[in-house]
Amino acid sequence: MSLLWVAVIAASVLSFVQKWIGYQAPQDVLERPRISRITRLLPIALLGALVATQTATSGAEIVLDARLAGLGVAIVLLVLRAPFLVVVIGAAVTAAGLRALGWA
Amino acid sequence: MAAPSPAPPPHAPSPAARLRTIRRTGLSIGLATGLYGISFGALATASGLDPWQAMVLSAVMFTGGSQFAFVGVVGGGGSALGAALASLLLGIRNTLYGLVLAPSLPRGGLRGAARAHLTIDESAALAASGSDDEERRAGFWSAGVWVFVFWNLFTLAGALAGQHIADPSAWGLDAAAAGAFIALLWPRLRRGDAVVIAVAAAFVALVTTPLLPAGLPVLAAALVAVAAGLLPARSAAAGPSSDEDPGPQAADDQEVRR
Repeated sequence: MSLLWVAVIAASVLSFVQKWIGYQAPQDVLERPRISRITRLLPIALLGALVATQTATSGAEIVLDARLAGLGVAIVLLVLRAPFLVVVIGAAVTAAGLRALGWA
Repeated sequence: MAAPSPAPPPHAPSPAARLRTIRRTGLSIGLATGLYGISFGALATASGLDPWQAMVLSAVMFTGGSQFAFVGVVGGGGSALGAALASLLLGIRNTLYGLVLAPSLPRGGLRGAARAHLTIDESAALAASGSDDEERRAGFWSAGVWVFVFWNLFTLAGALAGQHIADPSAWGLDAAAAGAFIALLWPRLRRGDAVVIAVAAAFVALVTTPLLPAGLPVLAAALVAVAAGLLPARSAAAGPSSDEDPGPQAADDQEVRR
């Protein structure tokens, strides 16, 4: 078995362990007021970070391109209370359109 | 059911309708994210993995960011050990998702293993948008299962078709992912402190991107939530009912809880 196969399998199994371990924290610890406040705020921070990195980074660089316009359109659609799928498609069509036109 | 209850206003759908909407959203997320699997499969084989290795990563590692990091290191001429470490660095946030999700999801047995395996950005995000445990569970399972199905199907397609498939960014799929994340975040931004946390986290992630290895900027941004949670609570902002949707759905609840 090649070294690459060993790495693929080991990293995959350890990745499952990473996911599994989060669920093993004792419930009474999670219910402490400070901890539960943090776990309630974590999704907001993680989503905010994912929006930023998905929109404006490429590898280790900040890159502003058609994705930013796509995000802008998504926000406008959200303000207009558009359904989820419309928001996602709106962002994709905007970015794809700008790239097809060669503008971004 | 002819209960003499007032008709719900248009912006407050019944709990059953909300669950249907959540499940439909899960399917949309699965399809949009799954399509990105084409680029993973194509990139993996272009980087020197065989289609089987690409499929093992998608089926067993099953966390997109880590998978791209793995093949990125291999493709860049890095060592197999470096590839494994990069993927694990990006996977740390899945541990955080488990902490957040643990109270809402079943423990133990096969479902306990399944919930761990399906813990990824998308399933955790859709779960977080639910306003009670039933909605959180529906969001988690629908996004998790659909992403798994489509991600693996399209990884296979991408790995077999390789470079014959055009760059998915030409289809705007990278912007679709950003759109999906902001759409999932949006309902949580009703309060000012949530907006501050989201913006601060985005800022931290961007500022640290050129400085830290891949995967760490998002974790650095998570520290914003830790800091905000440790601050003395100056309002009911993070109170136990803060996630409840204000609205007259409470009366409808009994109809669905059979």
